[in-house]
Amino acid sequence: MSGETGIVLVERVSKSFDGFRALDEVSLAVRPGERVVICGPSGSGKSTLIRCINRLERHDSGRIVVDGVELGKDPRAIRAVRREVGMVFQQFNLFPHLTVLENLTLAPRRARGLPAAEARATAMHYLERVHIPEQAGKYPRQLSGGQQQRVAIARALCMKPKVMLFDEPTSALDPEMIKEVLDVMVELAMEGMTMLVVTHEMGFAQRVADRVVFMDQGQVEETAAPAQFFAEPASERARLFLGRVLGH
Amino acid sequence: MRSLRILALCLLLAACGSSTYSWGWYVVLPTTQQGTDNLRFLLSGLGWTVSVSLLAMLISVLLGLLVALPGISERRWLRLLNRGYVEIVRAVPVLVMLLWVYYGLPVVLGISLDAFAAAVLALALSDSAFEAEIFRGGIQSVARGQHEAAEALGLSWTDKMRYVVLPQALRRVLPPLGNQFAYMLKMSALASVIGLTELTRRANELVVNVYRPLEIYSFLVLEYLVLILLVSWLVRRVERRLGSDESRA
Repeated sequence: MSGETGIVLVERVSKSFDGFRALDEVSLAVRPGERVVICGPSGSGKSTLIRCINRLERHDSGRIVVDGVELGKDPRAIRAVRREVGMVFQQFNLFPHLTVLENLTLAPRRARGLPAAEARATAMHYLERVHIPEQAGKYPRQLSGGQQQRVAIARALCMKPKVMLFDEPTSALDPEMIKEVLDVMVELAMEGMTMLVVTHEMGFAQRVADRVVFMDQGQVEETAAPAQFFAEPASERARLFLGRVLGH
Repeated sequence: MRSLRILALCLLLAACGSSTYSWGWYVVLPTTQQGTDNLRFLLSGLGWTVSVSLLAMLISVLLGLLVALPGISERRWLRLLNRGYVEIVRAVPVLVMLLWVYYGLPVVLGISLDAFAAAVLALALSDSAFEAEIFRGGIQSVARGQHEAAEALGLSWTDKMRYVVLPQALRRVLPPLGNQFAYMLKMSALASVIGLTELTRRANELVVNVYRPLEIYSFLVLEYLVLILLVSWLVRRVERRLGSDESRA
């Protein structure tokens, strides 16, 4: 198992929802430090793919190995993988009954067994990294959408993950707040974090991605360096997609 | 306190309406020695009413939560277990449950309970089915994304429930829980049937002695009203303290 290269390995993974084939024999290998942007039309399976990587969805067939641990039925293996894989959701999913600081310290304390003081110090460190240390004592509902998403990023980082998954992190944000979230993500990428990002933000893809994965109808249609993907996509469907996304 | 005034008004109107009845409020007025003794006698049931209700409520909340959890499981047999418990326990009238626990348990299991323990057990069991449904509803009202965020952070199922899901669910079920508290207080009156000397039993006993049922039962109504208003006030206070709007974000 350890001989395989790549921190995330997805091999011929398929997944169906009530007869709808969301993933159709998808394979993908991500090296440590690599930034992969996954794009494609809605319903193409891109969210399902990254949700399988931390087992929020169960794959029907194929193999998924994260940091040397294969995802299967063993709940301890699943938790071990989840501790190493941070996730940022479209809807932020902060815990509304907890303060920002409590949102950040809960998992390090309970899942990593960190002492309170240390968890707090880590939390403040990451709040500074996402530029909102002054919001530590507030509740999520008191923050703007952009601030909430930055808290969500900090919350994931507090677990010191080896991989970060982003599931359309800016899709629920007002336009003026998208930049502050993307800026934080760019900084994270510059520091060498391994990232898998599902997004329609093609500017972000051009700036930070090592690779763009284009998905359609549950399959990886095309994988390319961003320069090549945006200049001349190989597939007709990618061309159509880019025309729609970049057209306005 | 407004409702107290309304009640007093109703009683007054009733008194005026039936001119043939001559009221004898002296039986429950502390102006005479007899009245004071009667009041003391009636109020001596308060301790049992409150302790039976509190204890039964506590047990039914814990039991209800325990029964609710399999109800949200992904496993079918666990959900069936929850369904079965709720349907069966909910179908038994409280009075029947009480009689069955008090008279039936000694025969069936050889366990003999005194009136207090039987009342606590019967009320707690009866109510637990309702609590279970309240909790299940509350837990299911917590958004899927909250579960996913907790799971994605690597929290165990227990930690996810304890720190993320249940605190949010609990805030939402406070109003119906308050209902059940009030209900429990009222149902505790049934324990008079098996001889527990709580408020209703005391009233019955006094009626036999002084034969002033209307006055004594009116006073009894007042006793329950005060208790239930107290419960409402407490629940509202807790609701405010927990800031039940925090879960909406």
